[in-house]
Amino acid sequence: MSSTNQADLLPALHRLQEKFGYIPDHAIAELAKAHNMAQAEVVGVIGFYHDFRRTPPGRQRLRICRAESCQAMGADALALHASTQLGVEFGATTADGEVTLEAAYCLGNCACSPAVMLDDELHGRVSAERLDAMLAEGRGV
Amino acid sequence: MTQRIFVPRDASAVSVGAERVCRTIENEARNRGLDVEIVRNGSRGLYWLEPLIEIELDGQRIAYGPVNPEDVLGLFEAGWLQGGAHALCHGPSEEIPYLKRQTRLTFARMGVTDPLSLEDYRAHGGLKGLERALDMKAEDIVDAIDTGGLRGRGGAGFPTGIKWRTVMNAGGGQKYIVCNADEGDSGTFSDRMLMEGDPFCLIEGMIIAGLAVGADTGYIYLRSEYPDAWDVLEDAIVTATREGILGANVLGSGRRFELNLFKGAGAYVCGEETSLLESIEGKRGLVRAKPPLPALQGLFGRPTVVNNVITLGSVPWILAHGGEAYKAHGSGRSRGTLPFQLAGNLKQPGLVEVAFGMTLRELLYDFGGGSASGRPIRAVQVGGPLGAYLPESRFDLPLDYEAFAAVGATVGHGGIVAFDDSVDMAKMARYAMEFCAIESCGKCTPCRIGSVRGVELLDSMLAARPQHSNDDTLLRDLCQTMLEGSLCAMGGMTPYPVLSALDHYPEDFGLSPKQEEAST
Ligand SMILES: Cc1cc2nc3c(=O)[nH]c(=O)nc-3n(C[C@H](O)[C@H](O)[C@H](O)COP(=O)(O)O)c2cc1C
Ligand code: SF4
Ligand code: FES
Repeated sequence: MSSTNQADLLPALHRLQEKFGYIPDHAIAELAKAHNMAQAEVVGVIGFYHDFRRTPPGRQRLRICRAESCQAMGADALALHASTQLGVEFGATTADGEVTLEAAYCLGNCACSPAVMLDDELHGRVSAERLDAMLAEGRGV
Repeated sequence: MTQRIFVPRDASAVSVGAERVCRTIENEARNRGLDVEIVRNGSRGLYWLEPLIEIELDGQRIAYGPVNPEDVLGLFEAGWLQGGAHALCHGPSEEIPYLKRQTRLTFARMGVTDPLSLEDYRAHGGLKGLERALDMKAEDIVDAIDTGGLRGRGGAGFPTGIKWRTVMNAGGGQKYIVCNADEGDSGTFSDRMLMEGDPFCLIEGMIIAGLAVGADTGYIYLRSEYPDAWDVLEDAIVTATREGILGANVLGSGRRFELNLFKGAGAYVCGEETSLLESIEGKRGLVRAKPPLPALQGLFGRPTVVNNVITLGSVPWILAHGGEAYKAHGSGRSRGTLPFQLAGNLKQPGLVEVAFGMTLRELLYDFGGGSASGRPIRAVQVGGPLGAYLPESRFDLPLDYEAFAAVGATVGHGGIVAFDDSVDMAKMARYAMEFCAIESCGKCTPCRIGSVRGVELLDSMLAARPQHSNDDTLLRDLCQTMLEGSLCAMGGMTPYPVLSALDHYPEDFGLSPKQEEAST
């Protein structure tokens, strides 16, 4: 096969992120060497993709769909509720390190809008109350 | 005899409780000492009824939904296993008008079979297309696709036969089949459904494509937002390899086809085919300039077919039934069927596979049942985040690639998102620009900078709206620059939702009386 080493970079990044929750700085040099790339190139690739992060995330990752179908079913209000309840902006992690709040742009659950994803678990027709209950459950209360 | 109960494993059905309902049914059946087998099928696509549970009775499947865990006890009490009456009962699934009025070709097995049972797949017509293709010359496979008039379901509507022929004729050596499963368009979920609910159909379509063009290796580029589809596909590939459908000797033919799953990393633009190829190669997803066409120099510089999930998923039916049979459906130059996806503010959102030519109004009201909120539907976005907004005056437009293009709209991947009259169209226009700013690959200025300028412009228009003194000249100029100067449809089509919002809903933009008058 005419593939290059570099072609394994994204799978490697996914594996790292699955293990650590983010791409640690110390991994960059190794990645560069393993994939025959300059370190700056590796950093460039990581930066291009919304999935990859360079800093540790919260214990849970809450993604709220902000795309059109969910907007039509009240996603803006749900997003505001989440951000107020958690006391963080989108893209940030709560002070106690529990939850990272992120925007998603369609989770493929548009027929059950509004949709959110808590870690890898998809939820549909999510009301503010359901969101609160999910978060409470996640915190073990 | 063991009685079968169908509980969907589809991610959307599970997102509204299908897993909990499944466990509750299991427990209740066990407590009652009943002899039942629970089959985890795909979703029928009647999402407003999910979790939709089906009971098999005298060879017929009876639908109940939406079933919550709290309903399960009552359903057993009502004798649902013997067909007892219950408020949640909808009668035989196949007789539900929403389903009955559809033309399910590509989605024929959807919700009917156990997605991971190859036995089920075969029993419901699976592998017939591949078996035919193995007996055909490559040219004849491409001819069948040509005759069927199949066009790309990923958005652009490019004739699939022409693409395949280009790759077929691109000489010898390594070639690739790449399935675009990035499904980034908001309001769409048909790719997800097919991968979760009928994965062998996609695999079969990819092998047929490989036979046609002379490719022995395939990639499925799957977005990371679909972990369930990933698991199902992984399983299905293992099974297909074990059963000799994939691998060195496809169905004993001596032909080879290997299939790889590749996970995306949350970039909308990687759904653009050349950005997608860059991504598989481990690079930033920068869009490539064309030419060269991916068909001639695609993945790792080799001739490559890039097709959407639904395009490839339509191939087995066409090979099994012939191009003429497929072409018999449709309107104008849009042949066959499209699995439309009804979403947003609708009473009955779901998957509706029908022939091209049906009007938007029929889909919105006859299938969708009107708005979920009970308020008038004010705007409908067709074709994802780069698609135009259509007002009620356009609802009689037939869904057909050419009819939509004629009014500056797009059918795209078949997503239909309805908004009621509480929608603020200036905000939707701002959102379109913001989305472009977030997702632009950054290669060209009109898209990268233009979208940021668009957000700023719309922010100032939104702020000044109460004074009714806004002027849209700058915004329109900016849209023109993006339309004309962008390398790909990301920057090139973001103006569609923006301009259509301005054109059809000028009253939402706080324009000066003079401009408002001019625009109506
Ligand atoms: C910004 C952008 C995003 C796209 N996203 C997708 C996508 O998610 N899925 C898809 O199949 N096609 C997508 N496309 C279209 C592809 O570039 C390409 O036309 C398609 O994969 C070809 O397959 P088809 O002919 O079977 O439709 C996108 C195009 C653009 C410009
Ligand atoms: S239009 Fe946008 S997404 Fe497309 S190539 Fe240019 S910068 Fe990249
Ligand atoms: S738009 Fe929210 S899940 Fe698709």
